[in-house]
Amino acid sequence: MRAIGIILAGGNSSRMRELSNKRAIAAMPVAGSYRGIDFVLSNMSNSHIQKVAVLTQYNSRSLNEHLSSSKWWDFGRKQGGLYVFNPTITADNGFWYRGTADAIAQNLTFLRNSHEPYVVIASGDGVYKLDYNKLLEYHIEKKADITIVTKTMESDEDCTRFGVVQTDEDGRITRFQEKPLVVASNLISTGVYVIRRRQLIEMIEKALEEDRTDFVKDVLVRYIDLKRIYSYEMTDYWSNIASVESYYKTNMDFLRKDIRDYFFKQYPDVYSKIDDLPPAKYNPGAVVKNSLVSSGCIINGVVENSVLFKEVYVGNNCTIKNSIILNDVHIGDNTYIENCIVESRDTIRANTTHIGENGEIKIVVEKNERYGF
Amino acid sequence: MIKKEMIAMLLAGGQGSRLGVLTSSIAKPAVAFGGKYRIIDFPLSNCINSGVDTVGVLTQYQPLRLNTHIGIGIPWDLDRNIGGVSILPPYEKSTNAEWYTGTANAIYQNLKYMEYYNPEYVLILGGDHIYKMDYEVMLDFHKSNKADITIATLPVPMEEASRFGVVITDENKRILEFEEKPPKPRSNLASMGIYIFTWKVLRQALIDLSEQPGCDFGKHIIPYCHGNGNRVFAYEYNGYWKDVGTLQSYWESNMELIDIVPEFNLYEEFWKIYTKSDVIPPQYIAEDAVIERCIIGEGTEIYGKVYNSVIGAGVTIGKGAVVRDSIIMKNTEIGENTTVNKAIIAENCVIGFECELGVGEEAPNVKFPKIYTDGLVTIGEDSVVPNNVKIGKNTAISGGTTLDDYPSGILKSGESIIKAGDLK
Repeated sequence: MRAIGIILAGGNSSRMRELSNKRAIAAMPVAGSYRGIDFVLSNMSNSHIQKVAVLTQYNSRSLNEHLSSSKWWDFGRKQGGLYVFNPTITADNGFWYRGTADAIAQNLTFLRNSHEPYVVIASGDGVYKLDYNKLLEYHIEKKADITIVTKTMESDEDCTRFGVVQTDEDGRITRFQEKPLVVASNLISTGVYVIRRRQLIEMIEKALEEDRTDFVKDVLVRYIDLKRIYSYEMTDYWSNIASVESYYKTNMDFLRKDIRDYFFKQYPDVYSKIDDLPPAKYNPGAVVKNSLVSSGCIINGVVENSVLFKEVYVGNNCTIKNSIILNDVHIGDNTYIENCIVESRDTIRANTTHIGENGEIKIVVEKNERYGF
Repeated sequence: MIKKEMIAMLLAGGQGSRLGVLTSSIAKPAVAFGGKYRIIDFPLSNCINSGVDTVGVLTQYQPLRLNTHIGIGIPWDLDRNIGGVSILPPYEKSTNAEWYTGTANAIYQNLKYMEYYNPEYVLILGGDHIYKMDYEVMLDFHKSNKADITIATLPVPMEEASRFGVVITDENKRILEFEEKPPKPRSNLASMGIYIFTWKVLRQALIDLSEQPGCDFGKHIIPYCHGNGNRVFAYEYNGYWKDVGTLQSYWESNMELIDIVPEFNLYEEFWKIYTKSDVIPPQYIAEDAVIERCIIGEGTEIYGKVYNSVIGAGVTIGKGAVVRDSIIMKNTEIGENTTVNKAIIAENCVIGFECELGVGEEAPNVKFPKIYTDGLVTIGEDSVVPNNVKIGKNTAISGGTTLDDYPSGILKSGESIIKAGDLK
């Protein structure tokens, strides 16, 4: 493909509550066996984008660990590859990434040294499948300067945490509200853009001169009347995991057959790092209903309407309902868990109860020692 | 100059004809095992876990699945700059072209491969056993005895020793005599078919016996070296080791994995077993599903009831279906309301709706009474079973069958339908 990829994975959100204490959102485990960033990386790989830079800053240890090898997404090639750019101190810069535009500005050399004519910019927290070739075709056909991938949200969805756009009948964006208090439409930006590489370099250089640091507020919004910014509307599944509620809902969506078939069975595949875990094991006492179970799990209790990530141990006589149990959690005997997200590598003591009440999802973070077993 | 202390030669060319239709189009080491693995994953993982990073895999019978599985060895970390895994098929030479005619003959034909790595020791492995073993400990034993050959042995119950090749040793574990399937065994140390040779000794023996037709380690090389006065020792291994050469033992060792704390534990953090996994998603267990004592692979969807079974990756078990005491391999579909009792169903099969597998009185298999035993239903890969049929015990099916193949919708106990693969 005639584009390089930039993945903005630096972010943190207070909407993630305790879940972001130990990792970047892009490293959040999703749908049992994946991480948030796997979806965009797989999309890029499947669209034959060969050169991808991941810009990361906040709590990037677990993300870096996940990206320790590029082979899982087929980026381990002589041409191109997967680059992870953390902020560094250089002769002319001593800042962290002060915003998305600044993150790109600090890595302008990567853009300058590439030869591909286009850049696909995407965030690391979207769960979707998209062929960026189709996006680029549309971009060229519309003679656009920037094309933003958009999605019409359900009318009951809270759009105030997104960028909200309005378009004319041709699809050209006429208004862009960034995280508005009152939304003008329910068409939102998914944070995926395509732009000509030289155009991007020019815009970022300009922003840098004026000490502007945010790609949306300081670039997109300001250029809305000057440049041809188009909306490419996605009709298939798209979800963003950057709040506890949407993270919970996105995972629960995978209990639906149509969603599973779309992501798990329809070509192309979503890739992830392989963990070499044994198959899941169901011992006597296991009763599992309408749930996803990942490899390495050992189940001795009741699991209903839940998502178990990898290597979860469910003790005897436990009940887990409507919950998400992240990787490598050990749940002691006689435990009751309902409406919770249990943080990874946790140990839940035997005979305890954890319930998220009043429609609220409870995040369980216990730092108990795990004794030999 | 390249120098490896020990390299491994893995014999993976055998057909494994006692596994019946399971190996009609793949070699035995490529047969699926334990819901996610293939048999060859065990020796390959043992190699890398033991620090042996140069492995030659000798293939001959139906190698396609094996070749695509091993690739360049990435899953086992055997993609190396120097060494790593190499697939060694038989090849044409300027003077002659011959198949591998025996285990030692296969190794002899790859003398150049071994010479290239200039090893001190060569480890000879088979591709048909399930076990975890540290070959480095065995090598230490070999070195401390200044041995020329070390044979890994397993203590078996005395009453069963007559089924094995046993070795008789002195108090220092030096082997004095060999007995092949002795009626009255004098020892219970059975050979596991795993050998460490001091390279010079192996090389000389292979050259000396190069004219021996069907040259075999157990029959020719080891007796020859022993006769020459080489120091041959027995290394005693005391862990789980299972030969999966027959359908019965293959079924049993799969079933042992579902014990609450299995003797062969795949869930230990150290000594991981690696495999090429191309299915990543989690498995889905539906509202009406029942699962008791099972292990289940990635991406599988279960809508029916499954008891005491080993289910591979990407399997679908339809609503109302009941599966008991069975092994179901990758990407196979079991139709709605079908019952499956004590069956081994290989990869990519489609079993129709409302079928009954493994029903009726037991009767010995007519054509292959020694292969299809113990009441098992065995279905080879890519087979199709139409809706509404009954299949008896000790039966075998291979290939796409239609209702016409089942007189009045029944395959009686002891019958076989072989429509694909090498006819046997």
